[in-house]
Amino acid sequence: MSIAANPQLKSAEEVKSERIYAQWGLTDQEFKIIENEMGRLPNYTETGLFSAMWSEHASYKKSKPILKTFWSKNERVLQGPGEGAGILDIGDGQAVVFKAESHNHPSQVEPYQGAATGVGGILRDIFSMGAQPIAVLDSLRFSEIKNEQTKSLIDGVIDGIAGYGNAIGIPTVGGDVAFDDAYEGNLLCNVMSIGLLDHQDTIKVGQAHGKDNSVIYVGAKTGRDGINGATFASTEFSSQEESQRSAVQVGDPFMEKLVMDATIKAVREMPEAVIAIQDMGAAGILSSSSEMGEKGGSGIWLDLDKVPVREKGMIPYELMLSESQERMLLVVAQGREKGVIDLYRDAGLDAVVIGKVTDDSRYRLSFQGETVADLDIKLLTKAPSYKLPSKLPVHIKKASQQQYQPKISNPLQIIMQILSQPTISSKKFFYRHFDSMVRTDTVVKPGGDAAVIRIRGTKKALSLTTDVNGRYVYLDPYRGGQMAIAEAARNVVSTGALPIGITDCLNFGNPDNQEVYYELEQSVAGINNFAKQLNTPVVSGNVSLYNETDNRAIYPTPMIGMVGLIRDNRKITTINFKKNGDLIYLIGSTGNDFNGSEIQKLQTGKISGKLFDFDADAELNNQKLILTAIEAGLLKSAHDLSEGGLIVALLESAFETSFAFDANLKLDDAQLFAETNGRFIVTVEPEKEPVFEKMAGDQAELIGRVTDRNHFQIKTDQSSFSIDKEEATKTWKNSIANLME
Amino acid sequence: MKAAVLDFPGSNCDFDMYYALIDFGIDAKIIDARQSNLDDYDAIFLPGGFSYGDYLRAGAIARFAPAMEAVKKAADQGRFVVGICNGFQILTEAGLLPGALRMNAKAGFICDQVLLNVENDNSLFTKNLYRQQLLLPIAHAGGNYYADQETLTKLHANRQIIFTYQDNPNGSIDDIAGIVNEKGNVFGVMPHPERAVDPLLGNIDGRPFFESILQTSGVLN
Repeated sequence: MSIAANPQLKSAEEVKSERIYAQWGLTDQEFKIIENEMGRLPNYTETGLFSAMWSEHASYKKSKPILKTFWSKNERVLQGPGEGAGILDIGDGQAVVFKAESHNHPSQVEPYQGAATGVGGILRDIFSMGAQPIAVLDSLRFSEIKNEQTKSLIDGVIDGIAGYGNAIGIPTVGGDVAFDDAYEGNLLCNVMSIGLLDHQDTIKVGQAHGKDNSVIYVGAKTGRDGINGATFASTEFSSQEESQRSAVQVGDPFMEKLVMDATIKAVREMPEAVIAIQDMGAAGILSSSSEMGEKGGSGIWLDLDKVPVREKGMIPYELMLSESQERMLLVVAQGREKGVIDLYRDAGLDAVVIGKVTDDSRYRLSFQGETVADLDIKLLTKAPSYKLPSKLPVHIKKASQQQYQPKISNPLQIIMQILSQPTISSKKFFYRHFDSMVRTDTVVKPGGDAAVIRIRGTKKALSLTTDVNGRYVYLDPYRGGQMAIAEAARNVVSTGALPIGITDCLNFGNPDNQEVYYELEQSVAGINNFAKQLNTPVVSGNVSLYNETDNRAIYPTPMIGMVGLIRDNRKITTINFKKNGDLIYLIGSTGNDFNGSEIQKLQTGKISGKLFDFDADAELNNQKLILTAIEAGLLKSAHDLSEGGLIVALLESAFETSFAFDANLKLDDAQLFAETNGRFIVTVEPEKEPVFEKMAGDQAELIGRVTDRNHFQIKTDQSSFSIDKEEATKTWKNSIANLME
Repeated sequence: MKAAVLDFPGSNCDFDMYYALIDFGIDAKIIDARQSNLDDYDAIFLPGGFSYGDYLRAGAIARFAPAMEAVKKAADQGRFVVGICNGFQILTEAGLLPGALRMNAKAGFICDQVLLNVENDNSLFTKNLYRQQLLLPIAHAGGNYYADQETLTKLHANRQIIFTYQDNPNGSIDDIAGIVNEKGNVFGVMPHPERAVDPLLGNIDGRPFFESILQTSGVLN
């Protein structure tokens, strides 16, 4: 076999002697493995292919030993990790398809396009499974809003999500936003998407089967954008480097809508013709084709002269590693190509046969009549994986074992300060830019504990949320991981849904730092532990490492995206108080739990000390009580307690209503702000008091009543005071707008 | 009655409109905007979305779609033509409604629910309204209605202004949210009545709009 040498490019010998591979992110050791396994030197193109496929972003080589530990099987799981998205059975032959993905690095460099293409990418993962996307959620982390640069990053990310999601017509229904200087220079933009499959038998996975079946390229043309973005996403930022913009792609939601609609139509109308679909995400044509081939136990041959291009003179390295958006790769049964191609062309899209499935397990590329790459497909797609050393972070080792004790001389003043913290205050300033209602299935819109989407034609609905508190994970990765999934579950449960599964985005610093690897390892163990107890398998996810600037890592932020199932949409419950005179109960007991809390941050400017305990049994029992009570029709409202504690949850339940409350609490002033997990507040009609109290036993405590007054009346063991509703509402509603303007 | 919901490339509220019509027992079909004959339909709906990506002025390309000739014909013949959101933008671009829709005064897409005043409850599209105020969803970046003084005077004089905003969200002149043509059979509106028909979604203020159409066409008495 002869491999063409493009005279303008470096020869195989030069790639080695000049260590070109190292510029692309391969280590000397990895290059040696490639050389040994191949029995020759890889040429320029081949080295480029390895550099992308062996990047952390594409191969998860450093996180894989940890990811393998995720629990991902139960009676509902139809598809676990390893495909475009995970799939769970939701009965009646229907299935829910979901995944989350990070677009942190691109969003930091070019916030609008970074966020926009984050939305586009995750949607492709969903419809590549044959599913109709039905919702998008965003989990965002920014530094504190204190300068113009931060504001412009936030504006860009919000506009990018809006620009893409609104145009393609998939509602953005929820998510979470928090602010902390730990994200300075490394914002997090995680996007979760959820899709629906009406018939489980039309599930498509990315596995190329059948010799001589055709590889068909559909969608936008290939350009020189985002070349080797996977490698870009696998390194840290340096404030000295300004030249990373070319690694960010540009999104076209109009094009993607055409691709999405045509792809779903192709799957529905020609399920036997369409054998496999994969989105061209990170590492573009390369990863989609090689992964489909490898997973199907096949080889792939591509003729690069057939790839639709929008720029002249692109070399194989560029064609293969371009991350141009809105492209999909299909494997179509031999002889059925015309029908599929015609369908796409009718939608005004390019659809071209660019190669074939082979049975020789080789990954071969032709370009201008020459073979420019010929590799063992397994070698290409199976990067060596590394179990890295880990060690307990010094800040945990040295942490104070004492809980912080807030100093509350004037509770009213502290409450107003807490309400004005951007992490606590209303996020409407952001989510009002997102079309949360398009497709007319959104029952619970942004602003509640979790979003709820009905499934048209059935009584079912899906409850969706994203959660994690990076401060907790920083103080204790294991418990912080447990608490992330516990909070997600509380949110879903509050709407009346049974938690059924999760996806994740594991956002961490550089894994070569042993303390970072410890955080990754331990938080995954914590998530796993509580996922099993909740019976919510981890069916998909994504890893984003190297979130560091100048060697300072973000808080470990393993974002949890959770899906819950509601069987009867008449039982959907919201956080808002519903009626004057309804009884307010606190579910779960409150401890002196302040390390890592919003009040500790507010009063000391930082978080520190040992994270408070997580009581898994109380968490599970209290969640179960909420679900049982909703099922029995006893609850008028339900709201989980999280950042800011009881007082924030009480106020939030009233802000968007015409009601207020009187509360009489057997707590001290500081405990108003404690962040003990496993708690809810619920309201119950007075007539149902005995039935509810019998059901709840000592898990619930009557703490007050809904009123129709214009102030909130609060009595604790230490003090009695009232809060003017209008003033508090204004503070909570306008805080982010004031900071952003 | 038979209704066509036009599907331009990039329309994304076509199914929402279709489901709302079906819900009212109307025989609705989604019709590709490349189709040039709409003679069979009593009513034609141009749904919301981003036709052709809206990378130019919203609706500026859609007005050249083959179906638009048929829409003009329907308008001339006095059949119902309704444009919602992007559909309203397309109708103004096509000259079937006066004025233009510019980008929101404060830049950016807004999704919210807003209170509308019913300025004319005797139009073909509002005769079944039972009150003077509606809460309807909006979802747009370019809903800032503009018309010159002469046009505005005419709109007022002929009672062509159907809805106004109580708290103007986009800078529209005279708070205009929805208008009809002089003949009264072509209606353009930025808010989305089709998003407010199902009690499960918490708002049914859009229902009287559909009931009015049915009443006008004699299906509902």
